[in-house]
Amino acid sequence: MSEQLGRFGEFGGRYVPEALIPALEQLDEVRRKAAVDPEFVGELDRLHRTYTGRPSIITEVPRFAAHCGGARVILKREDLNHTGSHKINNVLGQALLAKRMGKTRVIAETGAGQHGVATATAAALLGLECVVYMGAVDTRRQALNVARMRLLGAEVVAVTNGSQTLKDAVNEALRDWVANVDSTHYVLGTVTGPHPFPEMVRDFHRIIGVEARAQVLDLVGRLPDAVLACVGGGSNAMGIFHRFLLDPSVRLIGLEAGGEGVHSGRHAARFSGGTRGVLHGAATYVLQDDDGQTIESHSVSAGLDYPSVGPEHAHLFETGRAEYRAVTDDEAMQAFRLLCRTEGIIPAIESSHALAGAMAVGRELGPEALLLVSLSGRGDKDVHTAARWFGLLDDAEGMP
Amino acid sequence: MTPTVHSAAATPAAPAVRLSPGAQVLAACRAEGRAALVGYLPVGFPTVQTSIEAMVAMARAGADIIEVGVPYSDPLMDGPVIQRATETALEGGTRVDDVFEAVHAISAAGAAAYVMTYWNLVLRRGVDRFAADLASAGGCGLITPDLIPDEAGEWLAASDAHGLDRVFLVAPSSTPERLAIATGACRGFVYAASTMGVTGTRETVGSAAETVVAGTRGVTDLPVCVGLGVSNRAQAADVARFADGVIVGSALVSALGEGGIPALEALTRELAAGVRESRR
Ligand SMILES: Cc1ncc(COP(=O)(O)O)c(C=O)c1O
Repeated sequence: MSEQLGRFGEFGGRYVPEALIPALEQLDEVRRKAAVDPEFVGELDRLHRTYTGRPSIITEVPRFAAHCGGARVILKREDLNHTGSHKINNVLGQALLAKRMGKTRVIAETGAGQHGVATATAAALLGLECVVYMGAVDTRRQALNVARMRLLGAEVVAVTNGSQTLKDAVNEALRDWVANVDSTHYVLGTVTGPHPFPEMVRDFHRIIGVEARAQVLDLVGRLPDAVLACVGGGSNAMGIFHRFLLDPSVRLIGLEAGGEGVHSGRHAARFSGGTRGVLHGAATYVLQDDDGQTIESHSVSAGLDYPSVGPEHAHLFETGRAEYRAVTDDEAMQAFRLLCRTEGIIPAIESSHALAGAMAVGRELGPEALLLVSLSGRGDKDVHTAARWFGLLDDAEGMP
Repeated sequence: MTPTVHSAAATPAAPAVRLSPGAQVLAACRAEGRAALVGYLPVGFPTVQTSIEAMVAMARAGADIIEVGVPYSDPLMDGPVIQRATETALEGGTRVDDVFEAVHAISAAGAAAYVMTYWNLVLRRGVDRFAADLASAGGCGLITPDLIPDEAGEWLAASDAHGLDRVFLVAPSSTPERLAIATGACRGFVYAASTMGVTGTRETVGSAAETVVAGTRGVTDLPVCVGLGVSNRAQAADVARFADGVIVGSALVSALGEGGIPALEALTRELAAGVRESRR
């Protein structure tokens, strides 16, 4: 075919049922028009200022940085956004687009529950019906977020087929979308899926890097040597990376979930243990067996526990513009506790993978280095997991 | 019919120079003034061996074409019945290799087999190798529910090189432009989804099916087969009024699961009678 739509090099595309093509074409057209429509841009900007809490601040963390080879470390505080993570940036954008398209219902998939909570929040704010699909394993791991979504008026559907995690929630959301596409917009939560999702979701998160680049220049007077972010589907990473793509001196480093170690087979490190393939509508890197069956991923962090990754990351990986490393559960949890104790900030376990990456990269680069880290979310949702991991409570104190 | 001459060049929408066995069956049904019955079963449910016996039995009981499903870990076009069956198949260790064995057995029994597969399984094997293996097993072609012609460059070339049919889907949401693109890339037949949704039995097959078939006929002379939701004789007869083929999946899978091969044969006979009720 001559024209390849929505490609990042060889990755991306639209590997979905024909039935969804008209909806994807409509979405692409509407989001392109909206991006240059002052009314849309103004409304999203207003919501970000008055509702999300943007711009999010940056925080330099010297006591944490002492464990990073003495490098200077600056956090971009997406954890301070309303609903507790970067996910709201994308969700408000897509919810406004849903309204523009005349849709009255939104659906979403969620792993950790952060994207589901953000979608339920936007639906409550804008008066949209909301259904969130969540793997049954994840509804148990992240029960508090299930309650939050229900408080916000969303219906939460526990998905009990397949591996009962995020990938199966995506399958179920896509099935719902095919059946209800006239009334429904699928608020996909990361930079995966068929075109235009990877590009559109990135564009809604691009504000992270735009703000952070200016804030770091303002504070330090120079660009960082490296920008680090955790990579589940890859939305907070693409959001913070994108503004730095044309700054050749800035290394872009994505941290994937190494789970119990890449050699254990129990991980979500697509760039260490995956191969080229197609999953959920996009050509990208996938954890798969010799037949092409998806292999289940594993991570202590539900938000990184996904067997494929956004196609633009696959392109950045193959061109070498970004590098990707795996961080084990244990390394991430050590970094999690360290940030709590040195800086009084409880990070999401997802974001803790980026913090662990900063500890390693700081030691490699030494005290002259300046690192910018995406703190994509806060750890309130993870307190239960952390309490278990570190044995913080005994039975009498209510630990099940 | 002209003799087979295939070029390896990628020529989208290359004219069919030879009719596949499946296309011949559809032409024969058209000549008889009736619709064909297309029966779907996944390989490996309940076991590889039984599934192959079931496919052959289904052909003998009156299914004109067999649609051989390849179990996949992420079947996003399938409803609960087929999801459960393909999960069972994968848990039982079914491999993509088993699909070619099934196709071979069906072809050897004199029936026409198409393989219905999600795209990643083809990519992983290598598109050309998958096509070569399918052709040498005697298969007619591929039905690709998550591949649109826009992304199918490699498959257009491989299907030309190996003389295979390629069946893309059209849906009630398809615009005239999309109908033209999809049917322009098809060879053998066109798969028209009767409703917006996934596989599974439904009480009624809505009027959308007739509309999408009419729209499709406006842009192609290829046979148009209708799938999604057909489960019984009356529905088969109803769809047979306006379609060249009636595709049945979930209902046959349920019959096999609940009553084994005898129940599968009984339902197949019912459906075969249904497609013969509406003579055209
Ligand atoms: C706080 C946080 N960070 C990161 C992620 C991973 O998503 P992405 O890679 O799209 O940023 C999640 C997903 O749930 C999350 O909740």
